[in-house]
Amino acid sequence: MSGGVIARTARGFTAALGHALISERAARQPGLLQALDPRVKLVGLLALVIAAALSRRIAVVVALLALGVLLALASRLSLWSLAQRVWLVVFGFTVMIAAPALFLTPGEPWLQIAPRIAPRLAPWIPPITVQGARAATLLLVRVEAAVTLSTLLVLTTPWMHLLKALRALKFPVEAIMMLAMTHRYVVLLTETASAMFESRQSRMVGRLDPRQERRLMVNSGGVLLSKTFEMGNQVFLAMQARGFRGEVRLLDEFHMRGRDYLALCALLAAAAIAVVAGR
Amino acid sequence: MHNTFEFEADSLRYEYEGVPALDGLSLRVQPGERIALLGANGSGKSTLLRLMDALHFPSAGSLRFRGAPLTETAMEDERFAIDFRRRVGLVFQNPDIQLFNPTVFDEVAFGPLQLGWPREQILDRVHATLAWIGAEHLKERAPYRLSGGEKKRVAIASVVVLDPDVLLLDEPTAALDPRSQSQVIELLESWNDGHKTIVTATHQLEILGEISGRAVVLDHGRVVADAPPDEILTNAALLESANLVHMHRHLHDGITHTHKSPFFRHEHKG
Repeated sequence: MSGGVIARTARGFTAALGHALISERAARQPGLLQALDPRVKLVGLLALVIAAALSRRIAVVVALLALGVLLALASRLSLWSLAQRVWLVVFGFTVMIAAPALFLTPGEPWLQIAPRIAPRLAPWIPPITVQGARAATLLLVRVEAAVTLSTLLVLTTPWMHLLKALRALKFPVEAIMMLAMTHRYVVLLTETASAMFESRQSRMVGRLDPRQERRLMVNSGGVLLSKTFEMGNQVFLAMQARGFRGEVRLLDEFHMRGRDYLALCALLAAAAIAVVAGR
Repeated sequence: MHNTFEFEADSLRYEYEGVPALDGLSLRVQPGERIALLGANGSGKSTLLRLMDALHFPSAGSLRFRGAPLTETAMEDERFAIDFRRRVGLVFQNPDIQLFNPTVFDEVAFGPLQLGWPREQILDRVHATLAWIGAEHLKERAPYRLSGGEKKRVAIASVVVLDPDVLLLDEPTAALDPRSQSQVIELLESWNDGHKTIVTATHQLEILGEISGRAVVLDHGRVVADAPPDEILTNAALLESANLVHMHRHLHDGITHTHKSPFFRHEHKG
């Protein structure tokens, strides 16, 4: 497969399917978090995410991020995969959002971009302030920590277990049903999109110019949406046909054991310490 | 909840956005019958199966299962719905639609779990069903990674695991290679102990004798014929009018000729 938007898109969808499979495998392999009751993971990791959001000290948030990395290692998750799928993506997005704060937050000047040229040619570029740099760094590490901890929950818990844990915590059945359908829908969308783009590619020779590529993407998006909407309905009918009524049922009931209570206490204690130390 | 008939459909009508898919269809299905619903694409076979599985409800007419009306209100009653889902199973035409769990084992266990069976019973039934379709080695595999024939067998297993009294099959052998086709037919024959009711929608005439003892031909949402398969298969005019056969052209010993459908057995003299 050569370059071009069609080939890249088809490759992207195939990779997404591969990631879905890897995630499901990771959730079923032995490891620290995988061995815990899903309700403990949900409550404990959510508490850490809230602590990261509330903390105002960079060192505390970095400590929470480090805790996330340790938990990932103890759960035998690949740090390389986390870096590719989480840290780099989050870094890119957050830097874009945080960049204006570097210059616009009032405070003590810290760094002038291109100090010899900027004051003369572009005097409207203000220097980066100490407060701005601090605010941007805090936002970046906060988002990295929160997304890492949430990803740990998703990667170490089979999807249906996660839904059941949400239900056990009194999440409304309608919301669970929507999440269950969303998961099916995403897999279906990915499969359909992958097949559609491969079939399109098989009938093309050479590369399209960027304008044609954009038009093709827009048209394909519309067709894909209506196709998957129809298929999503069919999947829901297939679930109903086998007795699904919105309630998540699993073969294994959740049972809290000693290590689950211990882990819950440890995670809640870490979150409480982070909130207090981060004030 | 018992009656002489498994299903009684009277003057059924169902529309998709104003276009009638079923147009005054009436049909009786008796317990233990093996019925083939024949018809070209768009004749209403799949729609009828979905109504019989209480996934859609008629816009006019009535449909009863063992004497009880199949309505939205009836399916809102949890006891009725659970009992109905336990007794009637539908295998969809496209297995990709039906297989939505992360592993084959989860897929087969999905139905029994929804109906609240005890854990041990579920484990026993799932293992037995996977062994029956020869797919124990696939139990940890993701269903969407299976071959077409494997997907179809798992889709059948995911319904048959409930041991329903009525099995509704939508094009069970469509798009399968000949070996997978005969595997599916053998599976269905081995499952049926003579007491099960099997309704199969198909347009593949060559499997008719193996899957049914009664053939119902649909055309534009109505029943146009209801007779034993042999009688239907010898009625070339009916099959042609229902778009089930066509004029076939081929080459034999250097001579090109035409006749109705490659399905009809024929010999060439000289």
